[in-house]
Amino acid sequence: MKNHNKTICFYFEVHQPYRLSKCNVFEVGQKQDYFEGPTDYQNKKVFEKVANKSYLSTNKLMLELLNKHPEFRVSYSLSGVFMEQCLEYGEIGKQVLDSFKAIFKTGQAEVLSETYYHSLAWLFSKDEFAQQIHKHSQLVHKLFHKKPTIFRNTELIYNNEIAEFIREMGYKGILAEGWDYYLDWRSPNFLYQPHKVDLHPEDRKIARKNRMRKTLPKDFKLLLKNYKLSDDIAFRFSNRGWSEWPLNVDKYVSWLRATDGETINLFMDYETFGEHQWEDTGIFEFLRHLPAECLKQNIGFKTPSETIKAYKPVGAVDVPHLMSWADMERDLSAWCSNQLQESALKRIFDIEHELKANKDVIREDLLHDWRKLQTSDHFYYMCTKYWNDGDVHAYFSPYESPYDAFITYMNTLTDFEQRIADSLTLKARSFD
Amino acid sequence: MEILMFGWEFPPMNSGGLGVACHGIVEGLIGNGQRVFLVLPKVTDEMQGLGAGALQLLDANDSDVSIETIKIPSGLYSPYLNQQNYSDFLKKLKNKDAKALYGESLFEEVYRYAAQASQYAKSVPHDVIHTHDWLTAEAGIQAKAHSDKPHVMHVHATEFDRSGENPNQQVYDMERRGMEHADRVIAVSERTKQMIMKHYGVPEFKIDVVHNAVKPNFSTYHKSHHLNPTDKVVLFLGRMTMQKGPDYFLQMAKKVIDKRGKVKFVMAGDGDMMQQVIHMAVDLGIERNVLFSGFLKGDEVARAYSSADLYVMPSVSEPFGIAPLEAIQHGAPVLISKQSGISEVIKNALRVDFWDVDEMASKVIAVLDYPELHSTLRERGEEEVKRMSWHDQAKHIITSYKKATT
Repeated sequence: MKNHNKTICFYFEVHQPYRLSKCNVFEVGQKQDYFEGPTDYQNKKVFEKVANKSYLSTNKLMLELLNKHPEFRVSYSLSGVFMEQCLEYGEIGKQVLDSFKAIFKTGQAEVLSETYYHSLAWLFSKDEFAQQIHKHSQLVHKLFHKKPTIFRNTELIYNNEIAEFIREMGYKGILAEGWDYYLDWRSPNFLYQPHKVDLHPEDRKIARKNRMRKTLPKDFKLLLKNYKLSDDIAFRFSNRGWSEWPLNVDKYVSWLRATDGETINLFMDYETFGEHQWEDTGIFEFLRHLPAECLKQNIGFKTPSETIKAYKPVGAVDVPHLMSWADMERDLSAWCSNQLQESALKRIFDIEHELKANKDVIREDLLHDWRKLQTSDHFYYMCTKYWNDGDVHAYFSPYESPYDAFITYMNTLTDFEQRIADSLTLKARSFD
Repeated sequence: MEILMFGWEFPPMNSGGLGVACHGIVEGLIGNGQRVFLVLPKVTDEMQGLGAGALQLLDANDSDVSIETIKIPSGLYSPYLNQQNYSDFLKKLKNKDAKALYGESLFEEVYRYAAQASQYAKSVPHDVIHTHDWLTAEAGIQAKAHSDKPHVMHVHATEFDRSGENPNQQVYDMERRGMEHADRVIAVSERTKQMIMKHYGVPEFKIDVVHNAVKPNFSTYHKSHHLNPTDKVVLFLGRMTMQKGPDYFLQMAKKVIDKRGKVKFVMAGDGDMMQQVIHMAVDLGIERNVLFSGFLKGDEVARAYSSADLYVMPSVSEPFGIAPLEAIQHGAPVLISKQSGISEVIKNALRVDFWDVDEMASKVIAVLDYPELHSTLRERGEEEVKRMSWHDQAKHIITSYKKATT
């Protein structure tokens, strides 16, 4: 393999939430299925739409590219609830799953670890967080016969503590946003280490108990997203108001060439291809020609694991506060910045103890439902941050307003709590 | 620009939203450096206090010409008042001033006002003529005959909003005549624009949508004394007419009471459905939870909004609907029907189809059950309403004038 002067590390997030079916107060107590989705956004329909517009065509192209260019590399994380929907939705789901299997079979694609439920569990319960990571790894292994060694948290939520916890669980590396606020003058285009912090002894115990492998890897690395070059593709590609529009491969590769560093980490939503940027924007043609042009210009490709092996960390990055890749603020305000979100989050995690303390009577499907209610998207839909200006939060929401999202969520949760109470009453009776 | 405007009602002599909107529009225009001559059927001393500088209030009676009134067959009709109300209103006015130019028959008055008011087109300098609804459209038509200046007709409500599928033919004809004659038509919402196109055949290019705004709230009334601090209050405030959906409000109330018990429903307003609504409350067996306050004025309105935990506007058809904005200003979150122009504008509100009583009740219960929902709607709503202004909306009106004059 020839020596490239720098490499690109592609990472794609693949995720579909189980949007909640509408639930009004009169349905509480008799709600049958929470997770079919609102009438106009039935989860199966959305999945089919996105599969046809994005997953299937992108995967087909990706497979072609991987076969054509043995040096081409990509990486993915597929949320557990996404994989579950693949398994649930019959033929179309199978097609999507098979197309991912084919990609991973090339050996040129790496699969990453995350929480099964694409949740915010880290913020509320380390135990729950670790269990969801395990559950995700098990499903990944079952479907793709791979054991992920690199972790990425929901929406790249990250800080020093998370990195330390993940290291303690036995991972080799973690992904995060390359946000200037923490990088200062430094470039995201190098490998880093997290700033080492002490975990609370209880948390460390949980991490150790949930360790993924017997021996800890020697090093633990941090890969930072180059958000400018990532967002040129993910957000700005079809923006006619952008001074660089239209973006073609030659121009983009010239930017890559002009970028200093060892690894350019391009992290984005997989739906960028075909769903956020529609086919008629030329996004597929762009992707089709990108690898060949990069290789021609002596820019190579590496998976996160290969990147970690190939380069040495140039320093430690200190991220004391929670950071994500969302919005301008790169904080957690998309999921927990108003009273609706705070109250809903508190309520869902308040049940944890009751559920786990009564494992003998709480059936597995109840636990699964509880966890599906943790998916971060539910709280994202309640965001009022930019609601007045009608922005991206509104665009991605299947509900008419953050208020409708909240009402549906809380009513569903009331129904759910009644089901738990019923199970516990049954238990109490059996002791009589 | 100088604007000759024909208005029908103006604070404090107003019974509905038209006077409030007209006041806001005039202030907005003046704030943008325009000069407005506003002709009203009657200019009182209190009103004169509002007119100063760039606004001149002109009394149609004083146009100083003797005119023949055109006799119209009886059939009293008002968009805001029923017959009884209109007569009461007249009686009060006549007590104050026998010469007041509001006639026994509204149609008669509309024509008499048109003939007299339009005379000002001969003496008052103006670049554009601005009329409001069918009441003053005729004045605009006649004024244009005098001055040949463009006529902009502002549609705040159509006969289809007021009377559903049984429009009064005379009113409809006047509306249609006004819109056909007008050089441009301003609609208060996208919804109204669609109605104007559908029912009046006005071509789309002739219509500009300019949403209403709301004046800043200076009321000092706060939610200090409540009916009963333990009971939540859900408010209906509006005319008791078919258009406003008071019957849907009661159906919703019944469902909420069945589910949550201790909730009070206050119904403020008067109208031709009053008797029916009271009977309905009794028939539903919820009369103990429903309080009728009658027609509220001034500070009473502020007080009603302030003491409400939720304001509900279940309108069957509402061209715009300023009331929810006022409710938000007074700290009451709002639930509005999707069949309203206001739902195009306000984002921090709960919205339902007026006929979907289950959904309406569910949302009311959610606001009562979850204080965080109540407070978020309230805070975000206030922020949003603060950003609306007649000053900004008047700019869109001026754009419409410019289209009319070129």
